Amino acid sequence: MQKEFIKGNEAVVKGAILAGCTHYFGYPITPASEIAHAAAFYLPPTGGIFIQAESEVAAINMVYGAAGAGARVMTASSGPGISLKAEGFSYLAGAELPCVIVDVMRAGPGLGNIYPEQGDYNQIVKGAGHGNYKNIVLAPNSVQEMADHGYMAFELAEKYRNPLVILTDAYIGQMMEPVQFPKEVKKVKHFDWAIYADKASRHNLITSIVMSADELEKHNIKLNKKYAEMEKNDTRFEGYKLDDADVVFVAYGVSSRIVMSAVDILREKNIKAGLLRPITLFPFPKKACMDVAGYAKRMIAVELSNGQMVDDVRLAVKGKKEIEFYGRMGGMTPSVEEIVSIVE
Amino acid sequence: MKVPRVEIRIEECKGCHLCIAACPKKVLESSGCLNNQGYIYAKYKGDGCIGCGICFYSCPEPGAIKVFKKEN
Amino acid sequence: MSNILEKPKSFYTDFTRKGSADVITTHYCPGCGHGILHKMIAEAISELGIQDRTVFISPVGCSVFAYYYFDTGNVQVAHGRAPAAGTGVKRALPNSIVISYQGDGDLAAIGTAEIIHSANRGEAMTMFFVNNAIYGMTGGQMAPTSIIGQKTTTSPYGRKAENEGYPIKVSELISQLDAPVYVERVSLADVASRNKARTVVRKAIQNQIDGKGFSFVEVLAACPSGLKKTPLETNEWVKNTLHTIFPLGCYKDETATRTPRFAPAINPTSDQVLTALNLKDDHSDYKASVDKKNFIDQNVKIAGFGGQGVLSAGTTLSVLAMYENLEVSWIPSYGPEMRGGTSNCNVRLSNKRIGSPLVENPNILIAMNGPSLEKFESAVRPGGTIIVNSSIIDAKVSRKDVKTYYVPVTGIATEMGVPAAQGVAALAAYLAATNVIPVEKLEHVVHKSLKRKELADKNIAIIRKVAEYITKGMEDNKKCLTGF
Repeated sequence: MQKEFIKGNEAVVKGAILAGCTHYFGYPITPASEIAHAAAFYLPPTGGIFIQAESEVAAINMVYGAAGAGARVMTASSGPGISLKAEGFSYLAGAELPCVIVDVMRAGPGLGNIYPEQGDYNQIVKGAGHGNYKNIVLAPNSVQEMADHGYMAFELAEKYRNPLVILTDAYIGQMMEPVQFPKEVKKVKHFDWAIYADKASRHNLITSIVMSADELEKHNIKLNKKYAEMEKNDTRFEGYKLDDADVVFVAYGVSSRIVMSAVDILREKNIKAGLLRPITLFPFPKKACMDVAGYAKRMIAVELSNGQMVDDVRLAVKGKKEIEFYGRMGGMTPSVEEIVSIVE
Repeated sequence: MKVPRVEIRIEECKGCHLCIAACPKKVLESSGCLNNQGYIYAKYKGDGCIGCGICFYSCPEPGAIKVFKKEN
Repeated sequence: MSNILEKPKSFYTDFTRKGSADVITTHYCPGCGHGILHKMIAEAISELGIQDRTVFISPVGCSVFAYYYFDTGNVQVAHGRAPAAGTGVKRALPNSIVISYQGDGDLAAIGTAEIIHSANRGEAMTMFFVNNAIYGMTGGQMAPTSIIGQKTTTSPYGRKAENEGYPIKVSELISQLDAPVYVERVSLADVASRNKARTVVRKAIQNQIDGKGFSFVEVLAACPSGLKKTPLETNEWVKNTLHTIFPLGCYKDETATRTPRFAPAINPTSDQVLTALNLKDDHSDYKASVDKKNFIDQNVKIAGFGGQGVLSAGTTLSVLAMYENLEVSWIPSYGPEMRGGTSNCNVRLSNKRIGSPLVENPNILIAMNGPSLEKFESAVRPGGTIIVNSSIIDAKVSRKDVKTYYVPVTGIATEMGVPAAQGVAALAAYLAATNVIPVEKLEHVVHKSLKRKELADKNIAIIRKVAEYITKGMEDNKKCLTGF
């Protein structure tokens, strides 16, 4: 089967539509706009719906409505837009609505600039909005994974009735690579909790309100159990030359690609380097981090940020190993040599 | 039972008395009594209702007022 | 018609969602307009026979708990977002009857954008806007519709136009838009107004059933608690004050002339999806010719100025390499590197999984203009290759540890009548000079990507001309250790 040479931002949409996504509500923002472009281009011919919303806030609330109606629905944005959507994230999580949100990270804070960064980690992985909740967070590091994650995201979100964020960066969004798309179009499921405007679903209620304190505590406990299940069953990571590594980098997204090259160079220099790449940022691969902490001599988190994911690595290893950090910000990217030189 | 007539469910009345003001025949009045919720509920005087339903559409409570119209 | 007027069937018999012992009365205060409007809506839902199809959108405000009462599908949403969430529901369930219900703070303050734009899109929903000129739920604060001089907890000295502006007239605003079909303002303050309101409520819902589009009903209502008046006094105030500021009446009605529109159910077939995504035809007649096992990584930087086809030269090379079953990544110049007047892209070709997509030290530099050569010459790896567009670049490469080919790609492409093909010409030079992929394979990609045969033919002629130029140059410079 011939692969398709395609941009990350387009691949994620094609993957999602193959997974049964019928609705996209979004607002343009660099460097995520191609996602909206692709959704606007591909959805209407399938009979699906694309709406350019009046705002990021409106877009995420349209997602809320469509998700409540049982549709596979997605939106996308970048940091400044994600901040606006944060309200919606919280409501979606509270009302337990599965949906897919793509954050193509750019550099911040504020308007910052449009270059790649990974500074939205805390915002996305820790929730983004108010209250006790988590997003499922996938972190693709290739265009193939953008497609694959778009394809698998809905089922994962639906499994837990939880919003899912594909957290990517301007590099992975803007780059092009060959992609093998699946040929099977997934069927949309019928949910017993959703609103279908029919007799059977008439008594269903989509809400994030739980008025009594003890009921709301119970609701939160239930959500926490769900998050624990996610940790147990759906934590994903990739080890690259990890098994015998003395020096282990922990990196995701485009950082992990740069680190992979650095690992290869270090290996050529007879330095046993490896990469632990979280594919899910929540649930975070804590056990894998702890395992590595058991044998690696050094662990170094590399991020395009001021050090956000590194905190999760530190929590995961529970002080067993000192976790070093190397980060660049503002749209600057470490060169492969720069990463190599940390170790040499 | 006699029709037309109006029934006011005491425990559903919140004592706003909008129905009393609205009734064109002035056949509703304050009972002067408190219900369990603490509202001075309205009551039908027992006679003179024409079944127009105006009180029903003045009442903010879904089920506090029931109007029995004349059989067609 | 029944001879009994009673609690409409579209209300739940018992309001168990209240979670309190009292499951028969609402949470609304005595004399509240919400209860009256709820009753009118519930009655219309029942009598129009749409209870199963109806989805009620509860806002934030006193009507936040509307889902306690309406025995319909219920979606409770964030403050001000009912029209957006309603849009999501309606677009997912075109057959649904979406009733969006909002108060004045929700609709006319925090949700102004959502209501205006849902109206402007003509979303096929019925919108109820309860205007009681006060925030009830949060404790009697000023609403966007509070009147000048009105004392509230946040305008304790009275609303002042110079500080808070004027009461906002939403029906007037909405009626100025093209898409809405029906906009009317009614009141619940007296018997005649309530009678009128009942018919308007029904019409606004009927419009949705009939596929007529966006219908908007503003309802002037009493909030005795917020206004700190008795229910009767409040109704008097609504009549004497609000009615003068917010005149009742129909602001727009195109019900009679609108063509009904019913969006189809959304249920794409696999075939529809695969066709739309261009994934049906994966026939490939390409025969790979690269010895993948012995392929040497190509880290290519193609740089020039905008309009030279630098980025598309990169994607063309990438597609060719993909056909050759190589690993490929392409990334446009991005980040700080972009500054300085050059546009460039990084292409990596490898027989192994590609790590960093960035090309910091290319082994192939294709320099399409002077600044590009100046900027990247020093970054080229020793032993690497530089293709210099000699039509534009006068400078010579000073490095002795790289092979350089001076090829007038702009000149050749222009001569052959397709200046836009200079990027492809440069690619041809690179492939002909290095033979990492046979240059004639480029023709296949050109054929596939250029739909216009005439243009494809011209591009192919250019590729051949460049290849010939390189071959001849190599013959002229037999050793060919340092290019030409």
